[in-house]
Parts: sequence; C-alpha cells; structure tokens
Amino acid sequence: MSGREGALALVAAAALVAVPLLLPGWVAFLLTLALAKSVVVLAIALLLRAGLVSFGHGMFFAAGAYTVGLLMKRVGVHEAVLLTAAGIVVAAAAAALVGLFIARYRGIFFAMLNMAISMVVYSVLLKLYWLTGGTDGIGIRTPVILGMTPDRESLRLAIYYFTLALTLPAFYVVQRFWNSALGFVLRAVRDNEVRVEYMGTSVYRSIYAAYVLSGGLAGLGGVLTGFSVGHIVPEQAYWTTSGEFVFVAVLGGPASVPGPLVGSIAFEFLKSYASKYAAFTWQMTLGAAMLVIILFMPGGLWTIYGWLARGGRRWAWSSKPSA
Amino acid sequence: MIRSATVRVRGVSLVAAMALAIAAGADRAAAQSKPAELKVGVVSFLSGAAAVFGVPSKNAAEWLIDKYNKEGGIGGVRIRPIYIDEAGGAEKQVSEFRRLVLDEKVDLVIGYISSADCLAVAPVAEELRVLTVLFDCGTNRIFEDNKYRYVFRTKAHQALDSVAAAKYVLSIKPDVKTIAGINQDYAWGRDSWDTFRRAMQKLKPDVQVTAELWPKLLAGEYSAEISRLLTAKPDVIHSSFWNGDIVGFVKQGAPRGLFSQSLVVLSAGEHMLQDVGKDMPEGVIVGARGDHWFLHNATDPLHKEFVDGYRARYGRYPIYPSYHMYQAVAGVKAAFEKAIKDGGGAWPKVDAVIKAFEGIEYRVPPGRTMTVRSDHNGIEPAIMGITKQVPQYPFAILDRIRVFPQAEVNPPLGVKTNDWIDSWKK
Amino acid sequence: MTVPIAILLDGVLYAAVLFLLAAGLTLVYGVMRILNIAHGSLYALGAYTGTALVLAYLSTGGPEPLMYLALLAGAVLAGSIVGPLVERLLLRPIYAREEVVQLLVTFSLFLILEDVMKLVWGVQPYYVAKPYAYLGTVTIAGVRYAWYQLLLIAVALATGVLVVAAIRGTRIGRMIIAVTADREISTTLGINVARLFTLAFTAGAILAALGGALVAPLIAVAPGISVEAIVLAFAVVVIGGLGSLEGAALGALIVGVTRAAAVYLLPEAELATVYLIMVAVLLFRPRGLFGELEMRRI
Repeated sequence: MSGREGALALVAAAALVAVPLLLPGWVAFLLTLALAKSVVVLAIALLLRAGLVSFGHGMFFAAGAYTVGLLMKRVGVHEAVLLTAAGIVVAAAAAALVGLFIARYRGIFFAMLNMAISMVVYSVLLKLYWLTGGTDGIGIRTPVILGMTPDRESLRLAIYYFTLALTLPAFYVVQRFWNSALGFVLRAVRDNEVRVEYMGTSVYRSIYAAYVLSGGLAGLGGVLTGFSVGHIVPEQAYWTTSGEFVFVAVLGGPASVPGPLVGSIAFEFLKSYASKYAAFTWQMTLGAAMLVIILFMPGGLWTIYGWLARGGRRWAWSSKPSA
Repeated sequence: MIRSATVRVRGVSLVAAMALAIAAGADRAAAQSKPAELKVGVVSFLSGAAAVFGVPSKNAAEWLIDKYNKEGGIGGVRIRPIYIDEAGGAEKQVSEFRRLVLDEKVDLVIGYISSADCLAVAPVAEELRVLTVLFDCGTNRIFEDNKYRYVFRTKAHQALDSVAAAKYVLSIKPDVKTIAGINQDYAWGRDSWDTFRRAMQKLKPDVQVTAELWPKLLAGEYSAEISRLLTAKPDVIHSSFWNGDIVGFVKQGAPRGLFSQSLVVLSAGEHMLQDVGKDMPEGVIVGARGDHWFLHNATDPLHKEFVDGYRARYGRYPIYPSYHMYQAVAGVKAAFEKAIKDGGGAWPKVDAVIKAFEGIEYRVPPGRTMTVRSDHNGIEPAIMGITKQVPQYPFAILDRIRVFPQAEVNPPLGVKTNDWIDSWKK
Repeated sequence: MTVPIAILLDGVLYAAVLFLLAAGLTLVYGVMRILNIAHGSLYALGAYTGTALVLAYLSTGGPEPLMYLALLAGAVLAGSIVGPLVERLLLRPIYAREEVVQLLVTFSLFLILEDVMKLVWGVQPYYVAKPYAYLGTVTIAGVRYAWYQLLLIAVALATGVLVVAAIRGTRIGRMIIAVTADREISTTLGINVARLFTLAFTAGAILAALGGALVAPLIAVAPGISVEAIVLAFAVVVIGGLGSLEGAALGALIVGVTRAAAVYLLPEAELATVYLIMVAVLLFRPRGLFGELEMRRI
C-alpha cells in the first residue's frame, strides 16, 4: 500500500470509530450490519481474485452463526470473544473439510459444487428441527463482552465496536495474505494455473489455503451478523444468500482493499432505502445496478475512487487484479 | 407614589401573568403529551408466497383504521399507519423494525405472519421498548420460551388449530383407526402435525399413524405423496398446508379421488376457499384458525359491518388473516382507551398501555369477546366445518359447523401446550 | 407390487417435469457455455403466460380441448419473445468475458425478471385446474392417476426425442454440434455463430417456458417458483452432465425416482435427496454421467 493509501486507510478507520457516536441509532445499526457482512464479502472477494466464484459461502456464514447460537442456547456460553473464536474455528474447520475435494475444481463446477453442498447444509439445518429450531431459527441474546454485560443504553455501541474491532483486523489479515507469496501465487493461478504447476508450486495447496481462510472469514461474518441481528435462520445457508454476497463483492469491486467494505455499506443502505421507497422493484433495481456495474464499471464502485484518483482512467478488473 | 403603585400593579400583574402562564403551560403540557397522531407500523407479507395472508390483513388494517379515524381516532388522536412488507427474511425484518422505530419514529408496531419474524423481532421490541402486537404468527414458542413485556399476541397459537381439528375429526368420525399427515417440512408443519397427532392419540389411544409425509415448503408437485396416500388409505389425512400448496394438493389430489377416499383435514384451509372456488371438493374438513368465518354470526352488527365493508372495498370476503388484523388493531384501541380511562384522561405512557393490555377483553367480529391474557397471549374459540358447494356462492362454504369454546382449545394460563395435552383425562 | 410400480411411475412423472426444466438449461450451456441462472425465471414466465392464456381462452367459451393449445401457445410465445431479447441485449456483450461475469449477469437477469413478473401479474397466485382434471383418471396398479400426468410424460419424451433428432438430423442441428465442439473453427467455416447462439438460447427459453406451462395446471402459479426451479434444474443438469440432453434425461430419472422412493420409504429424507445426489455425482464423476471431458487450453 502506498503512503497515500495508507493515510486514507487511517482516515477511514478513524471515521468508522467516530461515526456511530454522531449518527442516529438506526443508521449505526445498518453500519454494524454492513461491517459484519463485509467480512463475508471479503471472503468471496479473496476467492474472486484467485479466479474462483463460490455460490455456496452461505454455509460457512451459517456455520459461524449457528456455532454461536447453539453454544449460547444449548451450552450456555455467553462470552463474545469465546463465541467468536469458536465460530471462526468451526467455519474454518468446515472449509478445511470441504476444501479437500473442492479445491480440485474450477469455474462453473467450483461454483456449483459449493452451491450444492451449501444446499445440503441448509437442508440439514432445516431438518434438525429439535436442535436448530428449524425455520424458526435461534435467538441470540446479549453477549457478554470480555466479562462485561453491556446495558441497554450502550448495547448497540458495544456491538458496533466489537464488530469493528474484528472487521478491521480481518481486512488487514487479508491484505497481508494477498501481498504474501501465497497471494502472488493465487494471482498467477488466476492467469494460468498450468504454468504455476510447471514452476513447481502446488496449485491445489494454494487454493486450499485460500479456501480455508475464506471459510473462516465467512464464519466470522456469520458470528458478527448474529450478534448484530439477534436471530439466525437456516436461510443463511441458502444459495440466494450466497449469491447476495457475490453480488456485493462485484458491486464494491473485489480487486481493491476497501471494495468489500464500500460495497457492503452501499448495499445495506441501498436495500433499506429501496424497500422504503420502491418496495416492489428493489430486486429489479439491484439487478439493473449490477448489470450497469458489470458492463461499465468492472472494478465495482471502487472504480469511482480510481477515476477520481487517476483523473479518469479506469481500472479494468478482468485484466489486472491489484492492491 | 404613582410609581410604586405602578410597580405594585405591575408586580401583581406580573405574578398573575406568571401564574396564568404556569397554568396555561401546565395545560399545554397536558395537551402536548397527547400526540398529533399515533404512528403505527403495520407489517405483513405484501409480496411472495405469503402475500395471500399479508394483503388481506393489510386491507383489514386499512379499513379498520379508516373507520376508527372517522370516529375520532384513539382517544381523539388520529392513527397514521405505515405499511411495511414482511418479505425478505428475519434479518431484514429486524432491520426494518429498527427503521420503523428509530427512523420513522412509530409509536407501536403491529404485524408479523411468519413465526421466524415474530421470534426475531420480539427481543428487539424489548430492547427498544416499543409496544409490539403480533397478529398472525402461530408458534407457541414465543411466549412459552420467553417472557416479553412489550410484546403481545392478539390471537391464539397453533395449538388451537390442531386441537380443534382433532376434536372435530373425532366428532365426525368417532371410529377413526388410521391417520396420516402431509405437512410442509418446516416449523409450522412440524408443530401442527405434532400437536394434532398428540391430541388424536390422547383422545383415541388406539389410533395408528400410517404415514408422515414431509414435502418441502412450496414444493408444488405432490404426485408421489398423493400416490402414497392413495395406497396407504388412511381414514383421516391431516394437513396444515397453506396457500399455493393447498391449491396444488387439492388440484392434484381431487381428480385422483384422494378426497373421497380419505377424510382430509385442512387445518388452515379457510383462507383458500375463495381462491379454489368451485374446484374445492366437498366433504373436506376445514379449519379457520379461530372462529373467523364470514357466515358465522352473520347478523351480529359488528361482524356485518366488517364483512360488508371489507367486501365493498376489496371485492372479497375477509379471511382469517383479516380477522386477526382486526383483533390486533381493535386490541390496541381498547388498550389505549382503557389506559386513558384509568389514567383520568391523560394520554398514557407505554407502561400504562401494557398494564391495560394484560387481561383485556374487547369485542371483535364475528361478534364475541376477545381476551388477551396476562401472559400476553390471546385466546380464541375455534370453528371447524366441512366443505359444501352451494349455488349462492362461487366457492365452497362450511357446513356442519362446530364452534369450540376457548377453554376447550387453548391451554390454560401458564401451561405449555404439550403438558396440557398430556394432562387430558380423555 | 403396488409400491415399486407406484415409485417408478411417480418417479417418471417427476422426471418428466424435471427434464423439461433441465433440457433448456443444458442445451444453452452446451452451445454457449453459459450457465443461465435466470432459467428458472423463464420457467416461471412460461407458467404465467400459459395460465394467463388458458384463463383468457376459457373465458371466451370455446371448445375446451383447445385449451391445451392455449397452454402451449403461451409457452412458445414467452420463450420466443424473451429469448432473443435477452440474448441480444444481455448476453452478446459478455460472451468474451469470464465465466464469473456471465454467471453474475444471469443472476442479475433473475433478479430483474422476478420483479417484472410481479409487476405484470401481481403477487396473488393464479390457478387453472381444468387442464389437469379434464382428461379424467386411470387406475394403474391399484392407484388412480390423472391422464394429464401421463400426457406430461409423453410430451416430455416427445420433446426430448424431437430436440435430439433436430440436432442430429437437421443442418442447423449439425451446425450446433460444430459450434459446441469448437466455436473458433466453426466461425472460420462460415457458420454464423451469433445467429446460432440466438437460436439456441431461444430454444432453451422455449423449453423452459414449456416446462412451466405444462406444470402450471398442477400448481399455484405465484412469485417464487423460479427460485426452487433453478436449483432443481442445476442438480439435474450437473448429474447428467452439462451440455448433454441424454444426460439431462437420465439425471431427471435418477432424481425423480429417488425422490419418489424417499416419499414411500423414508419421507424424512425427501428434502435433501436432490442435493445429496448432486454432491455425490460431483464428487465421483464431476463431469456428470454423460458429460464431456473439457480439454484445457494451455
């Protein structure tokens, strides 16, 4: 990251820290939700940069959320840090299991196999009614954060800062990962994986690593969303949920660092105000917006920043994933 | 001399003015606490599969709120409804609920058909301390698993439908030997079948379950299930299907003789009668999720006003979601008015309304008293009947109607549904 | 003896519905290498237009047997209007783009079509029971079936045979085979690939709409039927092999019969059967039962 971008990142982080104190409660809630989901979008973006699209990450999202729900409800664990760690671990473990065979696939098969497995997970969550509550879902009570139970007044703020405290490091981790040797291998895999094999690096292992990281991140997103919303349902593993994350990744621009965050925030606010003003056409609006972006702004919304920064030259996502 | 008199006069007038101001201010304060309007969020499915419930309920809300506003509103305050679509899932509804309260600044929320949405929204209502009236969701879990101060439900939960169905079946066919269930594979279907089966087995312990089928919600295509039921030939088939699934089931099953071979119970069937029209087979047991049948007590003035008014405006007869919404809106009005009365005329704070709501009784169509108990759950009587095609109506109506009084089909206060059934002494 | 026959018959019935749904999807993929997520929406569109036309026709009071023509007309109309429109406007600009992008474009189309159908037909369900009940019933192995169900099997079979014959037997069909095998060389041979793509996509759309229209008399046509449909279609196509019509037929049979068996023998498993089969096939034979091995270009 250049000095200018680093400074920008600090400014953005500071803004995120200060903003909920200035905004009305309802906007702060949307922001919390957007942050939580941005981590899942980040997970998808990571795979997109490697040339893979998953229409099934809802299963890891749900894995994180249900770990929290079940631990809270059945085991009585309330400590947020513990629950978060458990959620990440379970989701990453699931990804480690699924990744073993899924890392062999590419393209449409990768996408479809992810979708199929996530639909199996959805069916299981639905069916194990006595355990998961089926379609009724599980309520997530107020978590205890580092031993302190936030009171009613500060609950939303506490959840916001907890979410922020986990989201920012998640972005940082992915940034470091992407700039590490493994990240460069994945860039290469996207361009031409056969050549990567010829160079002696295991493409399978690289993709597997990315997939596990991606799964863990999606699980973290599930945990944070669960805390924020307070209720989890099997639909979180449904393919349309996964599709929504992919949509947001493209919306924000998967190639850039802030893309998933920008996209997630834009999407949450768009969804909310669309249902306020255009209840029957919000899906159409989303679809049309996506088409516009795909056809004219392949770098996602973040392209706008690129335009401003470079005086109008566009980033072309498909030719050069950067940052 | 004059100056001091002037001062004194001014002093007196000043004091008098101040006193008047204080009195007027106090008056204004009392008058100011009465809001310009009562903003009510109304949430139901306006799109998607459950719009068959949501749209008629929104219609009922519209109609009733207009009527109340014409009559002066609640305690003289106009009601301003804000209609929200319940589609989008539990997460979206939590978000919308917060938006209604924090952004639109509603005073209270009425809504929710989906049990998942009810369960998700209730804790948020508690957190935000907003009076929330659930009007249609059926899960018994909401008040059995948790206590909520700000949340009420102005209808009975699903035990009503299943228990009434069981009792009616036995009254029509006391020699039932075999039963089968075809229910949608999700919480509502599971709970409904479970309660029905329990009730049947308690009331007639030798009854056998020959098949339990669990098609996916909105599966639409039931050929295999119908074949299975045709081969199993149970005496009674129970289904809590709703909406399009009932239609598919009836359309696919009727020509194949399913409904003449077995006695079918559609515990939530009332809402589909007008849609299926003349295609509805006769002899099917249908439940109305309460006593919500437009022909029952048809001459009662309150009921007649509702049915005629609804029909004139929306072209159809009201169905049970419409009645449930009536119960919710009327309940809110009754609670506010009681709280106003108890508070000597002042506009009540939400705590006073809650206190008034607990144990409240008020009149609703089809012309009976609605009770909301101290556990915040409503109870209702239940109507069950058998379909019959008649020339006066373009759809099947209910014949051989039986009204089950409240005590027979709702668990007593504080008793969980399953415990209650287990305690029956046949 | 009743149960195995019933399982088979119900399985084939369900398979017929699935085949009609999946045939278009696999055809489009085979020719254009695009997996159309909006395929379920085209199916729903066929259901809506078919139902609308039948209802309109029945209200005119014409001879009832002709209502089947109205149903078919609805499907053909929907497919042949929407198909070329979508292909020209949305798909043509993105043929050269990555698979991801193509998937996302069809996903956007799915979102758009959902709302379009809501705007045109509203949110209340539509029913037309006449076509299903009109033909009466027949008893097979002690169980009554509707003749319409058997008609559905016949139509699905006929459609499958017709499409395969058209591809193998006609000139256009052979051009399709050529384009499927190698797009570049076909272009150099003078085949108008662009026009062929439009044709293939339209055919796929008509097949989807046909599936929807034929199923409409059984169900309540309402918003949301496309979401379930697309998952089922994918499952069948993946099981049979992307691009293979025979595979789609076999996949449909496997899924159909397994589901019917579940209903009789293990109803609890019904919900997950389709996805489990899909996962199993993808794990052990990822190209599907009849799928072709894709040659990777280095």
